[in-house]
Amino acid sequence: MTPNLHLWLIPLLPLIGAAINGLLGRRLSRQAVTGIALAFCGAAFAMALGVAIQFSALPLPYTEALAHWIRAGTFQADFAFYLDQLSLVMLLVVTGVGFLIHIYAVGYMWEEGGFYRFFSYLNLFMFFMLTLILASNYLLMFIGWEGVGLASYLLIGFWFTKDSAASAGKKAFVVNRIGDFGFLIALFLLIKHFGSLDFDQVFRLVQPLSPEIASAGLLTTVGLLLLVGACGKSAQIPLYVWLPDAMEGPTPVSALIHAATMVTAGVYMVARSHVIFERAPIALTAVAIIGTLTALFAATIGVCQTDIKKVLAYSTISQLGYMFMACGVAAFSAAIFHLMTHAFFKGLLFLAAGSVIHAVGGEQDMRRMGGLRHRIPWTFWTMTAATFAIAGFPPFAGFFSKDAILFKAFTSPHGSWVYWAIGVFTAFLTSFYMFRLWFLTFFGEYRGAESAGHDGHLLSGAPVSHGHGAIHESPKVMLVPLVILAVLSVCGGWVGSERFDRFLAPVFHRLEFKLVAAPAFLDGPHAVMPPTPEPNTEGPSETAFTLISVSAAALGLLLAWLLYLRRPQLPQEIAHALGGFYQAVLNKYYIDELYAVLFVRPLVDGSTKILWHGIDQGVIDATVDHGADAARKVSDSVRHMQSGNLRSYAGWVALGAGAVIGYMIWIGAR
Amino acid sequence: MLHLIVFLVFGAICVAGAVNLLVQSHPINSALSLIAVMGSLAVEYLLLGAEFVAVVQVIIYAGAIMVLFVFVIMLLNAGAEERTKGSQVALILGVPGTMLGSLLSAWVLLRHSGTRSVHVGAMPGPPKEIAQLLFHDFLLPFEVTSILVLIAIMGAVVLAAHSDSAPQPRKEG
Amino acid sequence: MVPLSYYLVLSGILFTCGVTGFLIKRNIITIFMSIELMLNGVNLSFVAFAAQWHTLSGQVFVFFVMVVAAAEAAVGLAIIIAVYRTCDTLNVDQINLLKL
Repeated sequence: MTPNLHLWLIPLLPLIGAAINGLLGRRLSRQAVTGIALAFCGAAFAMALGVAIQFSALPLPYTEALAHWIRAGTFQADFAFYLDQLSLVMLLVVTGVGFLIHIYAVGYMWEEGGFYRFFSYLNLFMFFMLTLILASNYLLMFIGWEGVGLASYLLIGFWFTKDSAASAGKKAFVVNRIGDFGFLIALFLLIKHFGSLDFDQVFRLVQPLSPEIASAGLLTTVGLLLLVGACGKSAQIPLYVWLPDAMEGPTPVSALIHAATMVTAGVYMVARSHVIFERAPIALTAVAIIGTLTALFAATIGVCQTDIKKVLAYSTISQLGYMFMACGVAAFSAAIFHLMTHAFFKGLLFLAAGSVIHAVGGEQDMRRMGGLRHRIPWTFWTMTAATFAIAGFPPFAGFFSKDAILFKAFTSPHGSWVYWAIGVFTAFLTSFYMFRLWFLTFFGEYRGAESAGHDGHLLSGAPVSHGHGAIHESPKVMLVPLVILAVLSVCGGWVGSERFDRFLAPVFHRLEFKLVAAPAFLDGPHAVMPPTPEPNTEGPSETAFTLISVSAAALGLLLAWLLYLRRPQLPQEIAHALGGFYQAVLNKYYIDELYAVLFVRPLVDGSTKILWHGIDQGVIDATVDHGADAARKVSDSVRHMQSGNLRSYAGWVALGAGAVIGYMIWIGAR
Repeated sequence: MLHLIVFLVFGAICVAGAVNLLVQSHPINSALSLIAVMGSLAVEYLLLGAEFVAVVQVIIYAGAIMVLFVFVIMLLNAGAEERTKGSQVALILGVPGTMLGSLLSAWVLLRHSGTRSVHVGAMPGPPKEIAQLLFHDFLLPFEVTSILVLIAIMGAVVLAAHSDSAPQPRKEG
Repeated sequence: MVPLSYYLVLSGILFTCGVTGFLIKRNIITIFMSIELMLNGVNLSFVAFAAQWHTLSGQVFVFFVMVVAAAEAAVGLAIIIAVYRTCDTLNVDQINLLKL
């Protein structure tokens, strides 16, 4: 007997929290708002844990239908939820890391205005993200997709009175929308050719198709369009430009949305649609190429950034590129593994960066930090764990997942040594810029103003400083999540990529997709799971790969130590020597300016000249104005009849009477 | 035959009086010619046998209404009309329009009303018969018109009364 | 024997003269008299038809017309007196307070 898990409650609980805080929060005390937000988010996490505990007893995939939604002819889409190994992993990551970040945000945002609004938006985001993950059809997933974009906009522009924050929110939303356009067209194609958007139904129909090779067919088109959507949401080339600007939002927002959860939605969607991608090699290659290029591109930019949050932003883009590269070589479970570990250490990195910023009273430029490791020890040690994790040093979490990706990039039938080589170089760069950040922030001498706390103005992503003179550690409510995430960053990879692969194999190697009926109670055979594929390389080769990637990481650490601790004047000299190239990288390759010239400027000008002046003013307003004008002119001329002159009135009456009489005579005479 | 001649003579007087009304510039002359019109109309009514109406015409119209007109003319000391620029509409459209309408009507009437003739005294209208109708069939209009006259009297008194009931500003020394 | 149409033509002529007088005269009392002329013309037409159709209702109606004409004359002349008091003129072209 299949237990009813009430999956629909998991997204709904944060929604209720968002509603309560949003509608009533203005009148509640901070404690009450905190309690509500944490209670509902925690309840969702608790339910997710409950689901995980019961997981082995469930027939999979588990579906649950909540309500009818669209029934239009043969097309049908319902509010239905879906649980399998993939969704479980995502669910635990999102609710777990989300809950920790909620706790952290209580401390971080405690002295901010709009406290209730922040937590309302945060809970709203959780609702949409959970809907996205648990949806059993593309349409419900799209609702979650759009919703997280909305929540992202609201939270990036949280300090909306600040111009740069409002613009950043707008930019994020617009660029996301461009991706969503591609996603929508893909959905339309799916409806047209497969008649449904339900995962199991679509995949059941796609499953028997053979891979399209020479000519790009339907599946390739769908795959490429889905990729466009994923690029928008997960900040890949060419739609990544919103993520660095999104650092205008508060740091917990950057941690939750732009590191751990929302930006991974694209990876999740690609992984979920693996059936389509596996049968469209061209699309798969496109995914891999874009992922690899993005990883390299963003890493090079990250090397030169001076704002601590911007470094982490470009790092996120780069790591997402890794996940896409993994998907592109059909190593989906490796991508999800990296997604999970990335959520741990990137979330931790952002939260710790927030703690650092909080400690130095709002300063975000690393050139004005330094030597903080003795003053904020807890932050230092947790951030150290995260930095080693992201660089890929064993036995930290990032090592296992990144190594798995690089290995699969080389050995997969869709892979190529080019991906691997670029991946290794990017790993070196990642290690370099992360340790650069580490050294600049925590080592050396403190280069900031001593009275760092007295800066009252609002920097991007920083809370209002509370005027403490000294550099101080963050409160416990902010430190506890850091510690928990640090533990996860250390141990999170120990499950090992093989065990992870085996766990996710029923999703990615499924041979049979049965039709999912409306009731939640399933009878009939479960999905057939083939035996776990053995790794098809010999042991020593794999060790060789591991050695190479670890040495790349070590090289990065060495170089960073050299340039930023040993000989701090070297970076300047190198920058001078590289001259124009350095300037280009420093200015993010002028991509934003290029987009402005190519797209933004023509759009704004066209809109102003054609749509506003031309149509709105020239046609619509003119029609109304001319209509009114004509009415006025007519009445002006008719007005002269009202002359107040008795005789002219009499004349008109006589004329009219004569006309009527004449007409009646004419009628009578016929 | 005699009827025709009498009709034509008094008809001519009617028309002459009407035209004179138009032509004269002093209103008192117009009033007097109107009295002449009414008198000859009374004769026309007699020709048609409506004796009560003819008498009432003379008494009421010529005897009361026209007297009222003459009184007002004398009261207001109306002089001869000046030539002022009036309405072009009235002159250009009204007069020719009226002419056209009346000519058309006359033409139609003469062509289509046949050769039915009216005897002299064709419809005798003794007062007794009229009273019969008035107090039986037309009682309601009769009563209503009497109220109408009452209202008219009150209205005339109010309108024409001197406006010394309005508070005058005190002329202080 | 006078054909009915002669009476009607006479009535028409009187009516036309009344309308013309209304249109071309400038003294307001004369205009009023033209109205009376119009009414008389109509009265003649009523009586003629009464004679033709042998019904007394036509004459009774003439009676009513006369009563109404009397009432109207009374009120109208009172109005003229009131207007003369305010505008100090009997020239209808100068009584144009209703001009827009």
